[in-house]
Amino acid sequence: MLTFTLRRLLLAIPTLLLISLVIFLLVDLAPGSPASEIPLTVPPEVREKILEALGVNEPVHIRYLLWLKQFFWVEPLNGFDAVFGTNYAEGMQRIISYQSRSPVFPIIGERLPQTLTVIGTAYLVGVLIALPIGIYSAYRQYSLFDQAGTLFAMIGFSVPTFFTGTLFIIIFAVWLGWFPTKYNTTLEVVDWETFLAQLRQMAMPVMVLGLANAAAISRYMRSSMLENMGQDYVRTARAKGMPERTVVLKHVLRNSLIPVVTVIALGIPTIFGGAIITENLFGVNGIGAALIQAIRGNDLPMVQTLAFIFAILIVVFNLIADLIYGMLDPRIRYD
Amino acid sequence: MAEGPVPVLEVKGLRTVFRTRGGEIHAVNDVSFHLNRGELLGVVGESGSGKSVTMMSLIKLLPMPPAELRGGEVLLNGQDLLKTTPEELRAVRGAKVGFVFQDPMTSLNPVFTVGSQIMEPLREHMGMTKDQAAARAVELLELVGIPDARKRLKSYPHQFSGGMRQRVMIAIALACNPDVLIADEPTTALDVTIQAQILELVKELRQKLGMAIIWITHDLGVIAGIADRVMVMYGGQVVEQAPVGELFANPQHPYTRALLQTIPKISGAREARLKVIEGQPPILNAPLTACPFRARCEYRHDACDRENPARRAVDGRQIGYGHDVACHWRAPASQEVAHA
Repeated sequence: MLTFTLRRLLLAIPTLLLISLVIFLLVDLAPGSPASEIPLTVPPEVREKILEALGVNEPVHIRYLLWLKQFFWVEPLNGFDAVFGTNYAEGMQRIISYQSRSPVFPIIGERLPQTLTVIGTAYLVGVLIALPIGIYSAYRQYSLFDQAGTLFAMIGFSVPTFFTGTLFIIIFAVWLGWFPTKYNTTLEVVDWETFLAQLRQMAMPVMVLGLANAAAISRYMRSSMLENMGQDYVRTARAKGMPERTVVLKHVLRNSLIPVVTVIALGIPTIFGGAIITENLFGVNGIGAALIQAIRGNDLPMVQTLAFIFAILIVVFNLIADLIYGMLDPRIRYD
Repeated sequence: MAEGPVPVLEVKGLRTVFRTRGGEIHAVNDVSFHLNRGELLGVVGESGSGKSVTMMSLIKLLPMPPAELRGGEVLLNGQDLLKTTPEELRAVRGAKVGFVFQDPMTSLNPVFTVGSQIMEPLREHMGMTKDQAAARAVELLELVGIPDARKRLKSYPHQFSGGMRQRVMIAIALACNPDVLIADEPTTALDVTIQAQILELVKELRQKLGMAIIWITHDLGVIAGIADRVMVMYGGQVVEQAPVGELFANPQHPYTRALLQTIPKISGAREARLKVIEGQPPILNAPLTACPFRARCEYRHDACDRENPARRAVDGRQIGYGHDVACHWRAPASQEVAHA
């Protein structure tokens, strides 16, 4: 398993290099220029100087290699310095946002906690709702519960989050007054009171996203359970006189979880990607919002860096999914 | 009253239907038989004749719906299994009735160790602790001839060959010393040498443990080698039943006779070596009002189209206890067809 992991990690290097090139070029070739953010009142020679300072005039391959060096060498060194109080990275050029003229990584570091708490909780809630629904729907296929679950999944799939979000705001914030309409990013959890406030402001975005996540995962769970329910070994378990609980929750579930866990693990990178629409709707100042801002402002380094971080996460969670797969299924061996 | 000793299992008038979109399929039609203590009853018939469905109906192993038991009695030591609660039935499954299925490749759960799968019924029915169950599981694996049993407890099914897996299945079925072992074509999915090993194993276990066995197969050669009594099924009903020697020497039903002739011979003209029964088995989408075999029968006459023949005794003994057949046609006395 260790050799498999190492081999996969080594194989990931060329993959990621290729992805980085594609991302860099795609963003770089897109229309728009960082100069568009500079007011027209600025004289042309000053504008020229600003662009030069941003490094925009260098040929594209030089900028790509510089960006790679910054991403893989300068920024990790800065991180190391920040943690251990050293100053190895002093004087090295970091990846700078065109918009804020400050390094990209600290901005991401500020935004990530909001995204992780809200979107991460939503994902967790979605999974926790989806698994029991999927299991019971499959066990009682075509029952009233199953029909209701299908309806629920259909709604979760087909109704966009900006609609459910607005609906929830009207019902729970405007009519019932239970939750605030806007997420307060500055709220710090210090005591019970602020903790409850945090829960209240998280409730709606979590419900909106949880619904959407649960819809998909409950369907996977259901179909995987159904597939296994008809297997011969289930009949064997019944013939041994096992209680239905054991038959379904041990024998069938353990087999059905194998593909579902993979799907869940592969979905985790999307948490880091944030949920652009939901974050905007509720004013959660997370990664999704940062990405939209950066795209609007032609902030190429920010867009490139975020997109590449997502790519790395996807590659990593793919590997994690494979490893979990191997742990759950004894027939798969990685050596 | 029944002749002979009190049977361990007695089935009377069992009927099973499958409710499907296209109507009802009458898979088991008024099947009655009994099984004595220590006896091996062979059940023969082609695919779709209702052998497996009959046996799975006994302990309600069929998915319900679509399957539905329409009547009859299944008396195991006097207890009617069709009238039990699900909990009572669960206490019978695996404990008093053991089941071995056809395909050992898919009948074991791939993600649990062989040991845990053998220990499950022991802990469930016998209330054993983990250590007791593990010790018993080692005993069972040794009993079914798996070498290095203690180590093998921790193996997964995919680490066993087909024949070894079927031995594991037999160990599971025998775990709680059942009164009845039902083996549903246990050697069909195995190659011939492994088949012979499994047959030897069952013969040996039967002598050691003395349980009654129902052996479902479509292989008459297997039946000749191990059965005490044979029940031939066709169209979801019993068409002939006799002690094994009697059935092979004096088959009465045209279907039994045809089955015996389908055993390939190695002598004679090449074209005559393998006989086949022409035609297809009946589709059982309505209650039988005529003989199910009539379309393929060379002795068909008017009565066969009018009436589904009831079982009648051939040798004057009570039906089910001697030689009986369900056929309008009467075979000429003592004609040797088995090994012509």
